[in-house]
Amino acid sequence: MKKLLLATAAGALMAGAAGAEEIKLGVSLGFTGPLESMAPAMQQGAEMAMKEVSDSGLLLDGTTVVSVTGDSTCIDAAAATATVERLIAAEGVKGIMGGMCSGETIASLENVAKANGMVMISPSATSPALTTIEDDGLFFRTAPSDARQGDVMADIVLGRDIKSVAVTYTNNDYGKGLADSFAKAFEEKGGSVTVNSAHDDGKADYSAEVAALAAAGGDALVVVGYVDQGGSGVVRAALDTGAFETFVFPDGMVGSALETNFGSEIDGSFGQNPAADGPGRETFLTMAEEAGFDGSGAFSGEAYDAAALMLLAMAKSGSTDPATYKGSVMDVANAPGEEILPGELAKALEIINGGGDVDYVGATAVELIEPGESSGTFREVEFKDGKMEVVGYR
Amino acid sequence: MDILNALVVFLNFVFIPAAAYGAQLALGALGVTLIYGILRFSNFAHGDTMAFGTAVVILVTWGLQSMGVSLGPLPTALLALPFGIAATAALVLATDRAVYRFYRVKKAAPIILVMASVGVMFVMNGLTRLLIGVSEYRFDDGARFIINVRDFREWSGLPEGLALRSTQALTLVVAVIVVAALFWFLNRTKSGKAMRAYSDNEDLALLSGIDPERVVRLTWIIAASLATIAGTLYGLDKSFKAFNYFQILLPIFAAAIVGGLGSPLGAIAGGFLVAFSEVAVTYPWVKVVGYLAPGYEPGGLMQLLGTEYKFAVSFVILIVVLLFRPTGLFRGKSV
Repeated sequence: MKKLLLATAAGALMAGAAGAEEIKLGVSLGFTGPLESMAPAMQQGAEMAMKEVSDSGLLLDGTTVVSVTGDSTCIDAAAATATVERLIAAEGVKGIMGGMCSGETIASLENVAKANGMVMISPSATSPALTTIEDDGLFFRTAPSDARQGDVMADIVLGRDIKSVAVTYTNNDYGKGLADSFAKAFEEKGGSVTVNSAHDDGKADYSAEVAALAAAGGDALVVVGYVDQGGSGVVRAALDTGAFETFVFPDGMVGSALETNFGSEIDGSFGQNPAADGPGRETFLTMAEEAGFDGSGAFSGEAYDAAALMLLAMAKSGSTDPATYKGSVMDVANAPGEEILPGELAKALEIINGGGDVDYVGATAVELIEPGESSGTFREVEFKDGKMEVVGYR
Repeated sequence: MDILNALVVFLNFVFIPAAAYGAQLALGALGVTLIYGILRFSNFAHGDTMAFGTAVVILVTWGLQSMGVSLGPLPTALLALPFGIAATAALVLATDRAVYRFYRVKKAAPIILVMASVGVMFVMNGLTRLLIGVSEYRFDDGARFIINVRDFREWSGLPEGLALRSTQALTLVVAVIVVAALFWFLNRTKSGKAMRAYSDNEDLALLSGIDPERVVRLTWIIAASLATIAGTLYGLDKSFKAFNYFQILLPIFAAAIVGGLGSPLGAIAGGFLVAFSEVAVTYPWVKVVGYLAPGYEPGGLMQLLGTEYKFAVSFVILIVVLLFRPTGLFRGKSV
């Protein structure tokens, strides 16, 4: 009874403070589906940023933030649309951290978010199609577009004096999008792509696919696939028949499984995946460990940054109305201003409340380029003596 | 020199993979054809029988490996084969007792048995996945290559490399031994002759004092052995994944039907025919032609069909044979 009284009194006090409210942020991720193992760490990353802001009591005179989760399923656009619809209509969220995969994100943005004027910041949708989509300034992402990765990969390959490559991609939107953007960038920069063909995941044998790639030739094989799926099968068949000795691995392939699968057989191969260096990432990993989850999980840092950006934009514009704060997202993300690392959201809010400028860096070295997506920092890796080594960032 | 290069490319990318694949299909098709010849129905559960047998072999292989047993350069799985065959034979005999015998005694139409086998297929598929899981497993150990690309290039001085994996050679050798043993059994032993007699005319066989239940049991045991051996060789050569055995059911049936259902010789010929067609039709010949006819620059890859359409080749062969020669190349029973 005493507790209840206290709570009521505290509630009354809070309500009395000018403008203080409790707002909801939607977290729309694929908690079921092909990427379900990644979703929890992303949710926790986003919630960590919300808690940090709530605890500081500095957002719009003490406004607190709670999350409302919804399952976007990653593959079912209709389910994702219904989820986002529920978050907006029934829960009354002020912004959505999500969606997770490119297809469902496009669907929920076009069908629901645009119609309701709701801001969406996706931590992990990487399709180039989201760059050109008509979004009314409502959509942002803290993950880089695959078009950017294709460009970076082309630079890395040409930087190693490899002028002609064969490309094989996993037969889906991710594979085709990245393979095409790489082929385009590579040819524009003076390289030549001998063949750009698909492989299907989940087969026992890839010798026919590799035979076709070998017939087309090339100095290296670009494997745009998944390391736990057909990608490794293609590499295995290519090594066995001696079709290729050097491989280029984009983000779906760069993983420790490559070391265990192939060891020193792929020495001299190289690749890249989105990962920022710098103090932000280290700080984020420590914070995640203290909060009790694995911050090194894919896109967990991006999710923290997405939620943080949204809340800082609200502080900057002085409003939790999506139509108002959408204009401040780019402002808080980029220079000029004080650089903000993870764990410094209270400091950022103080600066903003004092009328200053912030340049949010966050866990993933956020730098938003038009039309509102991360420019992307990529980690270049190389295989030496059966081990994957980081050779640089670009 | 150019002709040698063309030959090496052909061997490396077409002949060796197709020959190993053909041997695996032939062993699978032999099992299907035997069941068809003697029990008179198309056993759709054959692919999953292969998967079950292979799963048992893998489990025993892991056990042997953990005890430190190995066969040196040969895969340990060969030692585990008898255990796999025993377990699979027990399973199919139990299935026959529980499912097929009921319909056989009632002299049910073959289509009912086929439908029952589809049900058995799903049960076995689930059983295999419960037993070993759905992930991909590699269980080959011992020497990986007989000829490896780098050594071959150094030895021959040719720019093209040739690889012969030990599992590919093993597949061919084991297939030859198994086929020879099967033909000896069918043609030379009393039990084999009894099986052939039963296949030719059930009632006449019964009158000559052949025990039909014994023939049925023998058939299942042989089919289970063939399935386990074929499945294990396929898994060794490629990799084991429970679901993949469902997918090779189509090429196996195509092989059995092309050769003529019920004809063991036809099953072997059919297996190689399907395998070579699949590989040859989806292989881009540009490199081979480039070596044979220097100066000739074809525009494309000279590939008849994209590799995605590999399974379509089996379908086409199946349809063409059923349309124009329903009894198959070796005059088996018409379907």
